[in-house]
Amino acid sequence: MTRALVRPPRKNPILRTRLPMVPPGSRSRVALGLTAAAALGRFELQVCRDCKTVQYPPREACRVCLSPRLDWRPQDGAGELISETTLRHSNELFYRERLPWRLGLVKLDSGPTLVAHLHADCAPAPARVRVTANIDHAGQAALIALPEKDTPHMADDRQLREMTCDPKFRKILITDAKTALGQAMVEAVVGAGADLVWAGYAEPWKKPPGFERLSAYKQVSLVPLDLTDSRAVKSLAGEIGGRVDILINTADHHRNFGIAAREGVEVARAEMDMNYFGLLRLAQEFAPAMRARGADGQSSAVAWVNLLSIFALSNFPPHGTYSASKAAAMSLAQCLRAELAPAGVRVINVFPGPIEDEWNQSLPPPKIAPARLAADIVAALRGGAEDIFPGDIAQDWLARWRDNPKGLERELAAMPR
Amino acid sequence: MSRRAGYDDVVVTVPVTIPYVRYSIHGAHRFIANGLAELLKRSGLDKSRIDGLCVSSFTLAPDTAVGLTQHLGLTLRWLDHIPMGGACGVVALRRAARAVQSGDATAVACIAGDTNHPDSFRLNLATFSQFARDAVYPYGSGGPNASFAFLTSHYMRHYGATREDFGKLCVAQRANALSFPYALMKKPLALEEYMTARAVADPLHLYDCVMPCAGAEAFLVISRAEAESRGLPYARILSTAERHNAFPDDPVQYRGGWALDRDELYGQAGVEPKDVDVVATYDDYPVICMMQIEDLGFCRKGEAPDFVRRNSFTVDGTFPANTSGGQLSVGQAGAAGGFLGLVEVVRQLTGQPLGGAVADARIGLASGFGMINYDRGLCSGAAILGGQGGPA
Amino acid sequence: MSNSLLQLAGDLATGRIRVVDLTQTLSPDFPQIVLPPEMGQAWPFRVEEASRYDARGPGWYWNNFSCSEHTGTHFDAPIHWISGRYLPDNSTDTIPAEHFVAPACVLDCSREAAADADFLLTVEHLRQWERRHGRIPAGSWILMRTDWSKRTDPVAYQNIDETGQHTPGPDTEAVRFLVEDRDVLGFGSEAIGTDAGQAFHLKPPYPCHYYMHGSGRYGLQCLTNLDLLPPTGALVIAAPLKIKEGSGSPLRVLALVPAPEDGSRKKSVAKAKPAKPIKLAKRRARRTRR
Repeated sequence: MTRALVRPPRKNPILRTRLPMVPPGSRSRVALGLTAAAALGRFELQVCRDCKTVQYPPREACRVCLSPRLDWRPQDGAGELISETTLRHSNELFYRERLPWRLGLVKLDSGPTLVAHLHADCAPAPARVRVTANIDHAGQAALIALPEKDTPHMADDRQLREMTCDPKFRKILITDAKTALGQAMVEAVVGAGADLVWAGYAEPWKKPPGFERLSAYKQVSLVPLDLTDSRAVKSLAGEIGGRVDILINTADHHRNFGIAAREGVEVARAEMDMNYFGLLRLAQEFAPAMRARGADGQSSAVAWVNLLSIFALSNFPPHGTYSASKAAAMSLAQCLRAELAPAGVRVINVFPGPIEDEWNQSLPPPKIAPARLAADIVAALRGGAEDIFPGDIAQDWLARWRDNPKGLERELAAMPR
Repeated sequence: MSRRAGYDDVVVTVPVTIPYVRYSIHGAHRFIANGLAELLKRSGLDKSRIDGLCVSSFTLAPDTAVGLTQHLGLTLRWLDHIPMGGACGVVALRRAARAVQSGDATAVACIAGDTNHPDSFRLNLATFSQFARDAVYPYGSGGPNASFAFLTSHYMRHYGATREDFGKLCVAQRANALSFPYALMKKPLALEEYMTARAVADPLHLYDCVMPCAGAEAFLVISRAEAESRGLPYARILSTAERHNAFPDDPVQYRGGWALDRDELYGQAGVEPKDVDVVATYDDYPVICMMQIEDLGFCRKGEAPDFVRRNSFTVDGTFPANTSGGQLSVGQAGAAGGFLGLVEVVRQLTGQPLGGAVADARIGLASGFGMINYDRGLCSGAAILGGQGGPA
Repeated sequence: MSNSLLQLAGDLATGRIRVVDLTQTLSPDFPQIVLPPEMGQAWPFRVEEASRYDARGPGWYWNNFSCSEHTGTHFDAPIHWISGRYLPDNSTDTIPAEHFVAPACVLDCSREAAADADFLLTVEHLRQWERRHGRIPAGSWILMRTDWSKRTDPVAYQNIDETGQHTPGPDTEAVRFLVEDRDVLGFGSEAIGTDAGQAFHLKPPYPCHYYMHGSGRYGLQCLTNLDLLPPTGALVIAAPLKIKEGSGSPLRVLALVPAPEDGSRKKSVAKAKPAKPIKLAKRRARRTRR
């Protein structure tokens, strides 16, 4: 049985920091379908549209009837562990540094046999298991065989922790802790076991309700941070950057204008300065240290979370300039993902639907409550996804966009102002 | 059963081993060239007489067999490149024999050779196959060890094989290797050392795994008439078989293609398992040796552990197997590992062993297995050979 | 050079006339005026480094900066307010340059402001000051000293609660008195805004902006070191950037101040004998040529 995680001892400062290694990350194009599903937190395999055979490893044509019509379909992952081994030796540096490492051979009920990381709580073969797909440190899908039913402290399994970004015992920066979502995020990570939470705030003379309450948590440290001020970002990075394990960028400048509704570029510029350039400033100052600490012990630098918006996917014209700023941030986040990839730091992009706050006041429900959104972000950190779409609206728009992006563009244009 | 043509007029001759070294700064071309040169020297053939070439190598890239024709100055009528790992010896024999038999070529040099640099094993494996890249390497084994560990663990659980059973095969092969001049492992191996050696991937330990090295193996396929006129000792080809991706629906591999082909293999050769005097099993891991013993009809499926306990596998044992030591004791020079067993059987049958001799060896069986594309070896093959004086 | 300018140069060199810097440092930390989120906002001061003896420019250091016309210590031109929008010569590029050098009357409200952040300067306060220091000359700056600039904590400087900002300023009657009865050049304060923080609720809202700019006069905000100035006798140099159609600009505000007779530092200035009011020529008619 997995033991509960223990707070790691303080790091010995005279020892060199272990450099991050990543597992093999090369995949054929067709295998990237597994990664695309895992990015959304799903385990999918190809299913032949003609003979229904489930395929694994991913391939270009059905192994039974040769049909090229293979569709990626969600799998429940139920299967039997038919053999297992524990690696005591590896030529791959990532694994070499993490031996021993348990692997399993699983026969899925749906047919294929697959190799998977094996959770320590899975009984020896033969045993029933549940396979899921997480994004691993190489940014690719990794299959994990879990015990059929959850076990105590399951998330603390040493191997599973290499596929997740669990906040427990980690130090977390939340860039804007003043908004409703920011406050909820502080409380959510404190509740998830974070050791230290830096709660960022700008414009100290503006005190929104609830913000003062955060100082009561012993883990919380209020730090001045204005993402529009390059010197302030640099200064904070100099102070705490070398200790941040998880960075959650909640800073968001949100107004409700398209093009014609507001004269001048000043509002749009403020949105870009915070939502896009703010991310750029943060990334320039904080990413280098996080990149170096990707393998820095049990509480390593492990995730960078960007609060984007479902509007980033397809412009929502009533909030048109805001949508554009979020789309810019999304593109930049992809760049950040590539730059952090060698360190195994996961960039998680969050695309909520309208949040229940003042800037979405005029939008009809359903809207996502800040506490719910914060909980979804913590779940993403604990799980294996990298693109999450919290809330019913986000899920709906995502489905429409994947089905027919031009159709969604028209539907959003037709929505009442 | 289909009536396939025999190999009556075609023989295999001139077994060559280029001495193995652990590491070399030279390319595979060097070892293959050495193999060819030795073939020519021992056969007396001129290089211009060679009109067919069959090559296997993992480290020839970016060249394939074609590049070798210019590299080595060969003008050929027939050329093949066999990328089938441990089955390449048997498959090369099959291809070359049909070429000579049909007249497409008259003298085919079959050569397998590889170099080995300190990092070449890892680099080769990283690009081994698409399925391995997508579905195996990301999980850390960095090679076939994990796949064979699954296989071994499963086999042990289902059929009651123990590590001691595998150890017995390894110990016997080491004993065989002690007299083989080119074996890289030169010290005897006791069972206790086998059992206590460091673990690699449970249940595999150090001596379950081959040692990669550099070297080459080769043989010549010519007409029987030419072999006789040149006075070259030869082995007759009684039958061969080859199978790829057998039993694809087995969730985990516990049998190989030989199970599908063995009846026809023995039928065509006109012999039975009990008639075989010397065996070469493909020994990348001892569990595969057990699978071959079963699937090639020496015992029933699942009974190899018992077979192993009841027999002895040294040159002078009840079931002489891998009489030069096999890859597990000689070393695996890349693709040459797929030739090693066949070359040793030819030596035994032609009375030219470099180490211990199997007494009165008249019928020999060489088996090949290889290409762990994903979770199992896809290729299997076998050849039954006869000594010169045996039944036609 | 005329004699008085030579004299000035000499006095500056010998320290008989001192230069007092009334300007806050422009930095990203300096508080910016807060408007409701629906309004167009004034940019805070921001700096982006272009190079610093590095690959971007090996031998030099320079920055690009951005801010509002109303960031930090700054000048308000009449065009800044709706009441001044149609006046001639009402923007920073058209204001006559001679208006950028003028005497200053400094009204010490530091005790009152310390006691009440919403303190409003009234006509009575002005009359009290005049009884001690003489009639406020036409063409003077009226500088309201509150020592607000000593609030170095930005939160205290802004002093915002749920009902908005609470900073001192003049009431409507005081402003009208200064405009209609004393013909001053403009009004200067230490806090953000020449008007009090709660001036939205006065009638009219923001009376200092309304009447000063509406009559072609000026404002100065976020001043500091007013406690180093005598009640009268200081000459203020306040020249905004010459921005085309500018509503104002950050600027360097300097005061030329006679050194105390006894050579001691500024503290005693406020208690010194009131100096005789300096008679300046009346404000000249506006030029039309620039």
